[in-house]
Amino acid sequence: MDTPILEMRNITKEFPGVRALDNVSFKVAEGEIHCLVGENGAGKSTLMKVLSGVYPHGEYSGEILLYGETKQFHSIRDSEQAGIAIIYQELALIPEMTVYENIFLGHEIHSGIAIDWNETIKHAGVMLEKVGLEVNPAAKVKELGVGKKQLVEIAKALSRDVKLLILDEPTSALNETDSENLLNLLRGLKRQGVTCILISHKLKEVISIADTITVLRDGATICTLSAAKGEVSEAVLIKNMVGREIENIYPPRGQRVIGDVAMEIIDWSAYDPKIGRNVLKDVNINVRAGEIVGISGLMGSGRTELARSIFGNPMGFRIKGEMRIKDSKRRINHPQEAIKYGLAYVTEDRKGDGLILIQDVKQNITLANLREIAKRGVVNNNAEVQVANEYKDSLNIKTPTVEQRVMNLSGGNQQKVSLGKWLFVKPNVLILDEPTRGIDVGAKYEIYTIMNRLVEQGMSIIMISSELPEILGMSDRVYVISSGRVTGELPVAEATQEKIMHLATN
Amino acid sequence: MAFLNDLQTVLKRNVREYGMYIALFVIMGIFAIMTDGVFISSRNISNLLNQTGYIAVLAVGMTLVIVIRHIDLSVGFLAGFLGAVAAIAMVSWKLPVIVVIPMTLGLGVLAGCLTAYLVANRGIPSFVASLGGWLIYRGAILLVTISTGTIVIPNETFNAIGNGFIPDIPDIGILPNVHKLTLLLGLLAIVLYIANEINQRRIKKQYNFEVLPINMFILKMVFISGLVAYIIWVLAGYRGISWTLVVVLVVVAIYQFVTTQTVLGRHIYAVGGNPEAAELSGISVKKIVYVVFGSMGMLSALSGILFASRLQSATTTAGALFEMDAIAAAYVGGVSAAGGVGKVIGSIIGALVMTSLTSGMNLMGIDISLQYIVRGAVLTAAVIFDVSTRRIGK
Ligand SMILES: Nc1ncnc2c1ncn2[C@@H]1O[C@H](COP(=O)(O)OP(=O)(O)OP(=O)(O)O)[C@@H](O)[C@H]1O
Ligand SMILES: [Mg+2]
Repeated sequence: MDTPILEMRNITKEFPGVRALDNVSFKVAEGEIHCLVGENGAGKSTLMKVLSGVYPHGEYSGEILLYGETKQFHSIRDSEQAGIAIIYQELALIPEMTVYENIFLGHEIHSGIAIDWNETIKHAGVMLEKVGLEVNPAAKVKELGVGKKQLVEIAKALSRDVKLLILDEPTSALNETDSENLLNLLRGLKRQGVTCILISHKLKEVISIADTITVLRDGATICTLSAAKGEVSEAVLIKNMVGREIENIYPPRGQRVIGDVAMEIIDWSAYDPKIGRNVLKDVNINVRAGEIVGISGLMGSGRTELARSIFGNPMGFRIKGEMRIKDSKRRINHPQEAIKYGLAYVTEDRKGDGLILIQDVKQNITLANLREIAKRGVVNNNAEVQVANEYKDSLNIKTPTVEQRVMNLSGGNQQKVSLGKWLFVKPNVLILDEPTRGIDVGAKYEIYTIMNRLVEQGMSIIMISSELPEILGMSDRVYVISSGRVTGELPVAEATQEKIMHLATN
Repeated sequence: MAFLNDLQTVLKRNVREYGMYIALFVIMGIFAIMTDGVFISSRNISNLLNQTGYIAVLAVGMTLVIVIRHIDLSVGFLAGFLGAVAAIAMVSWKLPVIVVIPMTLGLGVLAGCLTAYLVANRGIPSFVASLGGWLIYRGAILLVTISTGTIVIPNETFNAIGNGFIPDIPDIGILPNVHKLTLLLGLLAIVLYIANEINQRRIKKQYNFEVLPINMFILKMVFISGLVAYIIWVLAGYRGISWTLVVVLVVVAIYQFVTTQTVLGRHIYAVGGNPEAAELSGISVKKIVYVVFGSMGMLSALSGILFASRLQSATTTAGALFEMDAIAAAYVGGVSAAGGVGKVIGSIIGALVMTSLTSGMNLMGIDISLQYIVRGAVLTAAVIFDVSTRRIGK
């Protein structure tokens, strides 16, 4: 057999209190698309960080071979020079710079000592064509949507003559069209001989694209499956990832008792002074006690703006319309008041505006409701640890202690902390914005189970999601929005993916 | 053996925190040797603490300003200006001290809120807003002292804040040359400290939380009690606890409590850690900006009072470079410009480190030019240490 392009042997990596990788071995053949799957905290990102030199040689034990040759990377630069490029989920582009500046950042094209901007722009154009992105290379990166930014990242990697491209959950923030484009691009790159490692929690896309799949669990390699040999199916993957079988991705709900309207907005419009137009127009939406209302729409359709305009309007929209909470008319001017009236909002961007990464798990969980564990303004630190531990257990957050800083948790566990934080405010209406983004199947199941439990207890949930199966699997009722307007309302029994897509794009 | 192992783990886990104390000890030790013990004489230590006072209170306020990702450059001349205002209020307007002090502190809060208004409501970067303040207050000092030049403050009560010491209990024959009330207060402090530690440990155990191993716990108590006892003994050997020290201790106690134990403190650190997330968690970022800058203004006023009282006059250059000393102290003490990180106690230690350097080098007769260079080097080294240990630590 050919020497693999990459072989990692007996990699062990420890953090204080956690053994993130335990004797992991991992082999990638040249020219294949190799998917890496596993639960949150299984060690996927850590393994890739070891490979790319984020954790330099010496901070882990084991061996890395590239084309059969032992390599020791002391920094990301070393691994880049060896032809490895890694694209993180948190994109590493500089928003204020143009597309072409970003693509050649760190390996600028020179003529003499100055940068040759004309050459740069020309080459950037070539790279953009390669990834099939039609934007002006002189546009600033901050003006692009997530999907396009992702492609710019790939263009940046390709401009360095990459042999091994690593993508850590590239599609978790993309809608289906963008995801499909990205996957097609990867297939194209494969034909050009680029080897690719892809981390993803979306098993369908993994199955559709992978030549080989490696499953990690608790820091150890569980198995490596080959698509060509027909070893791959969703059930097999789930079983290997979670260690047990999950029959129903969407757990069945107990009895559904739908009560009175808990919150309602009437003729709700929001004008964003920063961009000078209405982001929401005449929206009418309500949610009842014991009900899960799904909100579906394309990226940029105004879903997140809707959530924020309801939750105290921190972005400073000018709002027209009426809000009623349990039959009383309310005007809410700050998230603080929203919390007081029983609302809670789990943001879609947990790192950006959901969590305080440098603080620990317990401080994050109690932040929105500190008064509950305080007496006359003085926080009871011991009660805080207790509360945090309760949520750690009930949400099954994987962390050695609640004193661990949130930035050291894996993505999925950060999401659970975010959820725990908002459950602790004990809301009546819980707004979830992409609640299962970047979350593994097992944890998704847990989160769905928790959602069911909450509505059975009489809570109302508004769930914004880009994943249609999730909307269909969990909601009682679905609103579809498009360009800031509600274009349809469907009871879940009548909703189908086609109908929703149709409403979302008209 | 087990003891040494425990000690090692405890030290390793907390290098960052203990690093500063170790630095302070090393610096003091070096000066003690270089000056044949003059540096650690009762008189010098007492002086040192008094000199630290007006920077220390600024450093406390600055810590919080930096924690919420801002900066306040105006504090030095604001202190100088308010010191002058206090002097004029006593000398020209003949107001009693009891009125002048609250009034000055109130003006300080007002000045702080003005900066906060520019920052929070108008969206002006704090660097620029406070640079404006720096110029304005500097001009204001010159303006109010234009006719008189230096204003001499004749008020004894006021001057005692910067120069006086707490009274002693009447002589009862024992320990004739020591300040007995200082000893008593020191003893009381140690007893309260130990009682509190034991109580905290008991509560933690009730909750089944991890506590330090008993030998480490005792070691820590012995160490801290010993340290306090030593300082108290040194101070009692001169004229006892100064009023400046009393003021600083009260300020530190209040700020330490607020930052570590209260909802307000948590909100301040949350805003520093991630303002967007804090806002969405129901915290008014604006309010926190006002609170932090308001407190900074008040502490500037206090610093101005301490300084004017120490010099027994208001001068035209009062407050020059205070802001730089306060910022340096905060950074030596471990605050991070990225926000959300920094402790009040750390900044106090930072202020002590910086004044020790000045005082020690003055005693050694080192030229002022070299002094600046050494202080700059120490500041840089401290921040390098801080940044590198931060990466190792979890
Ligand atoms: N810097 C760190 N300090 C301490 N622990 C860490 C650190 N980075 C990762 N960990 C821990 O190592 C384990 C593996 O984390 P990793 O990020 O590799 O998971 P993952 O498989 O990528 O999960 P996810 O799918 O949620 O992204 C987790 O338990 C995590 O808490
Ligand atoms: Mg990951």
